[in-house]
Amino acid sequence: MAIRLEEFVGIAPRRRRPFTLGEWVDRGTVFSWLMMAPPILFILAFVGYPFCYGIFLSLEDRPVAHAGTFIGIGNFIKEAHDPVFWQVVRNTFVYTGVATLLKMVGGLGLALAMNQDFKFKNIIRALLLLPFIVPTVLSTVAFMWMLDPAFSVINRVLIEFGWPKPGPSWLGSPILAMCSIIAINTWRGLPFYGITLLAGLQTVPVELYEAATIDGASGWQRFRYVTLPILQPIILIVTLFSVIFTFADFQLVYVLTHGGPQNATALFATYAFDIAMGSGQLGLGAAVALAMLPALALLIVAITLYLRKKS
Amino acid sequence: MITGYGPIQRTVRVWLPVLFFLFVALLPFYWMAITSVKPNSELYSMRANPLLVHAPTLKHYVDLLTTTSFMVWTWNTMIVAVISTAISLVLGIMLAYPLARINFPGTGLLAIAVASVYLVPQPLLFIPLADVINRLNLGNTLTSVILTYPTMLVPFCAWLLLGYFKTVPLELEEAARIDGATRFQTMRRIFLPLCTPGFISAGIFAFTLAQNEFLYALIFLTKSTVRTVPVGVISELIKGDVFYWGQLMAAALLGSIPVAIIYSFFVEHYVSGLTSGAVKG
Repeated sequence: MAIRLEEFVGIAPRRRRPFTLGEWVDRGTVFSWLMMAPPILFILAFVGYPFCYGIFLSLEDRPVAHAGTFIGIGNFIKEAHDPVFWQVVRNTFVYTGVATLLKMVGGLGLALAMNQDFKFKNIIRALLLLPFIVPTVLSTVAFMWMLDPAFSVINRVLIEFGWPKPGPSWLGSPILAMCSIIAINTWRGLPFYGITLLAGLQTVPVELYEAATIDGASGWQRFRYVTLPILQPIILIVTLFSVIFTFADFQLVYVLTHGGPQNATALFATYAFDIAMGSGQLGLGAAVALAMLPALALLIVAITLYLRKKS
Repeated sequence: MITGYGPIQRTVRVWLPVLFFLFVALLPFYWMAITSVKPNSELYSMRANPLLVHAPTLKHYVDLLTTTSFMVWTWNTMIVAVISTAISLVLGIMLAYPLARINFPGTGLLAIAVASVYLVPQPLLFIPLADVINRLNLGNTLTSVILTYPTMLVPFCAWLLLGYFKTVPLELEEAARIDGATRFQTMRRIFLPLCTPGFISAGIFAFTLAQNEFLYALIFLTKSTVRTVPVGVISELIKGDVFYWGQLMAAALLGSIPVAIIYSFFVEHYVSGLTSGAVKG
């Protein structure tokens, strides 16, 4: 066979074509970076720059509408001597920890309850997700009314059952106020856990349960040794996401209690807001907000490492 | 799957927990609805049964729509949510497409960076951003929130789409490339039309997030004419210690309806978007 290979592969001398812009743009790397340039520039301008500027602000004494003066870590020293700040730290950790735990356990319960055969499943699933969809501020206003000091429907039902009047002061006592915001956060976040875990449950092969049943496993054992290990990666990632957004929560507390009574429900975000927007101390406010960073950074690194390992 | 139970036992086992969760999830909405149609005399009466309504009235809705700027806020919220969702989808596609479909050095690292930008919460940025918006003279304009909402929506859309794009088979694009299409043509004509379900998921999510946003809107929008629904409700329907509960509940219900309607049409897309991140990874 006397076919000359060169003709096919193109080794034969080729006329050098002039370099064109179109070809250059069509190269993989060039095309990619041209495509990604606008979103990356946008993120650098509106996330990267404010982030760095926030660090700079936290090192300044900066009253609103005045020029700032550089004071180094002065704001952070002030923070460390502020008892309210430490209360805020405690509040945030309690709020995040308890709410996350409740959402995890409740979400698992919701997923298990939904992972059975019954009628109207799709409609019920859609309804169960509603708390997660509806704007937080609006549902929180409804809870505010349900916990109102004078007309709380919950108290009226309790009194009906013999609770001494006027019933618990849900938003007036420090401990109950904390319980209230935790409960409402759980109410809102539970469907996210539930529906995500439900999707995970549906990936568990039925054969595994059958095999476990034949081996004599009880209901609890099937759950503990078959369901949980398979769900574990999903639980982990959902929890990490939820912890971040609970830790940095603002809306719920701002609307329901404004951080009160006596700062008992103040979180990092609401306290930073009060200092920066209420008292006009932008520098100190930025420093309080930045105090979230170590814990957040740890979580973000954990998530990204996990996602990287998975991909 | 559950065997060895009678029909009654089975009904209890299956329905009791489901109804419990349903009750907890829907109670606040029931309470919103019933409060919004009660006349004030009933709302603040300690004798009437609070769980029922005896003389329903639409007065609170009429008052809300005629004496407050609720309609303006709703309009503002729509504009802001639609435009910022559109911007975020376009920028998100521009970020996700190369990362998912083209091999070049640094894709892995960039994808991780996108995920971590998504995880940066607003409270970390709002103080410096407020200063930036001030210096750009954008205070009290819808532009201020239209520009800042994509800071959370772009990384979010990009992340969601990245996962979706990776599930589309490569062959069609390869065929188009061999036929001489440029990369841009391949993306626009061949690839993007295949990904409509992914855009719907990302779009609904971005839209609900934009409707839900409160912190930036609270800080940047202080005039009634530019406010969004959540900020308007909190700052203007709650006046000092006086609460117009009927109106507030009517506003909460009406404000929730747009999201609920859109969500009800696309609930499957929403659920698949919700779970794709965690399940498929």
